[in-house]
Amino acid sequence: MKSFIPNIDKQQTVISIRGLYKSFGSNHVLRGVDLDLHRGENIVVLGRSGTGKSVLIKVIVGLLYPDAGTVRVLEQEVPELGAHALRNLRLKVGFCFQHGALYDSMTVGENLAFPLKRNEPGMTRKERDKRIEMVLEAIGLSHTIHQMPAELSGGQRKRIGIGRTLILRPEIMLYDEPTAGLDPITCTEINDLINEVQHRFKTSSIIITHDLTCAKSTGDTIAVLKEGWFIRQGNFDDVFSSDEALIREFYEYNFIQ
Amino acid sequence: MEPIEQSKKPVISRQVDGFFITVYEIFRFISRFFREVLRRPFETREFIRQCFYIGNRSLPLISLTGFITGLVFTKQSRPSLAEFGATSWLPSLISIAIVRALAPLVTALICAGRVGSSMGAELASMKVTEQIDAMEVSAINPFKYLVMTRVLACTICLPLLMCYNGLIALVGAFVDIHLNEQTSMETFIQNAFTNISFLDLAASLVKALVYGFTIGIVSCYQGFHASQGTEGVGKSANVSVVVSMFLIFIEEVIIVQLVNTIR
Repeated sequence: MKSFIPNIDKQQTVISIRGLYKSFGSNHVLRGVDLDLHRGENIVVLGRSGTGKSVLIKVIVGLLYPDAGTVRVLEQEVPELGAHALRNLRLKVGFCFQHGALYDSMTVGENLAFPLKRNEPGMTRKERDKRIEMVLEAIGLSHTIHQMPAELSGGQRKRIGIGRTLILRPEIMLYDEPTAGLDPITCTEINDLINEVQHRFKTSSIIITHDLTCAKSTGDTIAVLKEGWFIRQGNFDDVFSSDEALIREFYEYNFIQ
Repeated sequence: MEPIEQSKKPVISRQVDGFFITVYEIFRFISRFFREVLRRPFETREFIRQCFYIGNRSLPLISLTGFITGLVFTKQSRPSLAEFGATSWLPSLISIAIVRALAPLVTALICAGRVGSSMGAELASMKVTEQIDAMEVSAINPFKYLVMTRVLACTICLPLLMCYNGLIALVGAFVDIHLNEQTSMETFIQNAFTNISFLDLAASLVKALVYGFTIGIVSCYQGFHASQGTEGVGKSANVSVVVSMFLIFIEEVIIVQLVNTIR
């Protein structure tokens, strides 16, 4: 189970979403989502495929615009931000993609150096190398620095993806299906890494998943998304004491099957 | 909060709306290019890499097609001129054809096929594997890094490749004329460039610039707006080539018409 993180104002809200709507043509994906993420907290968003989990975090980071509702991140209204302000906000919000989204043409080291070169141009090469080394050590993949993404396993790609996000020292981490398609041992390693990131880098996180083991080991709060809105939010035991059919199905599929 | 239904009805029909939306998106894409072209940061290293890729790596194909174009065009033209005993006009005829039409058009069509397809496929693959989104969320401007560098490199390299292609085509023509009419290099050059005006050269350079920009912008637009999945990658590469070639022919007609008006 998760342990308490010291020296963090857990009352401070870092992400606040109210009445969020998002449609793609006639497909109404999000229909009135409300969510609060507090500093140092990990929220796990659970839901079946196609229920808008990834859309939710893409709206948070400004990759998609909402049709209606407010999305406040670190006291800033995301849809109203100009390009420069959005860029500055994105430095504080890390986004880990489902398949890592590593740049194919660059080595692991270059993948990590790329955001640094663009966003911290004053940094010397020595400082940059030191930061890359520190992040690779934190994710346990120092030996892959000269490897190309094609040479890495699925789990390694995800870890490097997390590392590339951490390189900019974000305050908030958004994980899109961090354990999807991985074997149970690698899933546990990724779950441990998410917790370690939270403790070591003092991040607040939203974790999108349909893996209950991941939800149980990483989430302080679980939010279940169904038909475009949250049907239940709370800690793991509260949520899974519900009789809601979707929640029961999830529980039974993950822990019984 | 209870979910509510939100409806988005098409204004005319879904297809017509889609067409106008695409036209508007292309316009926005092009205007964004011109807005950002002079803004910092300049991705110099990536621009040079693209120039190397588009320019240097196209040289073998451009050389081959240039030489063959010159050679074959000379061979095909000779019988017609020979009927009037005017084979001495061959260098002049060939050079006008190469400078005014063949070099820009052949170079553009080759680049549309080679560079356009690879650009479209590369960006589309980056799009579907979320690499472009990854740049966006890392506070990196993917438009500057990926689109600007490729479009600029294409626009600048195409005139250079066209000059090279034209030169090699003239070499091909010279080889054939020299072997058949025993014309010396000096006479060939003298005859070839007598009827070439500054307007011909300038028009060809402008054509190459326009074609280069067209190939770059069409391919990058297709790649940037690829639909999800591997099917989208193939489609982007294909549409990049087809649309680029179509636009190149339309631009050719317009530019030739304009130049003839000036002439």
